[in-house]
Amino acid sequence: MKRRLRAFCAFWYDFVVGDDWRIALGVVLALGATAGLVAAGVNAWWLPPVVVVALLALSLRGATRR
Amino acid sequence: MLFATVFVACAVEAVEALTIVLAAGTSRHWGSALQGTGAALVALAATVGALGPAIGLIPLGGLRLVVGGLLLVFGLQWLRKAVLRASGHKALHDEEVRYAKQVAAAEAAEAGGRGAVRDWYAFTLSFKGVFLEGLEVAFIVVTFGTNQHDVPVAVLGAVAAVAVVAGVGVAVRAPLAKVPENTMKFAVGTMLTAFGLFWSTEGTGADWPGADAALLVIVPAVAILAAGCAALLRRHGATGAAA
Repeated sequence: MKRRLRAFCAFWYDFVVGDDWRIALGVVLALGATAGLVAAGVNAWWLPPVVVVALLALSLRGATRR
Repeated sequence: MLFATVFVACAVEAVEALTIVLAAGTSRHWGSALQGTGAALVALAATVGALGPAIGLIPLGGLRLVVGGLLLVFGLQWLRKAVLRASGHKALHDEEVRYAKQVAAAEAAEAGGRGAVRDWYAFTLSFKGVFLEGLEVAFIVVTFGTNQHDVPVAVLGAVAAVAVVAGVGVAVRAPLAKVPENTMKFAVGTMLTAFGLFWSTEGTGADWPGADAALLVIVPAVAILAAGCAALLRRHGATGAAA
């Protein structure tokens, strides 16, 4: 039962988060920050694209340096 | 006028859903992508049937944020792998081995129940895309139809738009199958990242300059970014090998 639960969790982690957990974390933080800025009255549509560029660059850099 | 407005608005939403289904079907598994589409349409019909005009009360922003955020994460992972493959930093066919491991893990987790879906990734992508866009179509029909006091014409406009876009999807399916595998994965990563970026940003409450037309800039911008990364890594790899 414990083994199955672990396999189930591993499957969903791999499915949603994938190879680089920093991408998932970065996206969550970026969207949270954007929502915060919007709530404060700033139309921060530009923030997620900037974070996407940075995340892709950082992730590729990490992968090619291993 | 009502028919034309609803037709155009719904066609835009249907094209967005079609892009996701084509991406999931062409790059992963057509059967699972179509199953996801069918399941989404059933869920959509049940939602619309249960809520009726109250469908306008569904918080679309929250839904866009969650679905868009997930698509963005999926898209960036795809793009990362496609760039690494295109630049020679990753083997071209490691995906199948990894996927087989995932399926084995899922089967082990589900007490031997294999289920009817062969590729959950393709199923989920299609389901999310079609369900979200379908809700938006329903929202457009209810909003425009009730405002103009003519829901049947609005429904007709929406049905016509979805039928035309679905026809286009069937027509482009065969030519897409001839595109090289990693090129297709590159394109899928680009589309998922672009749509995920667009929806999730809208979901936070921010407004894109130009609204839906912003996608015409976002999609090529993401493609240029990925192609630029691949070219840089290829050059870096060649320099490293020569040194």
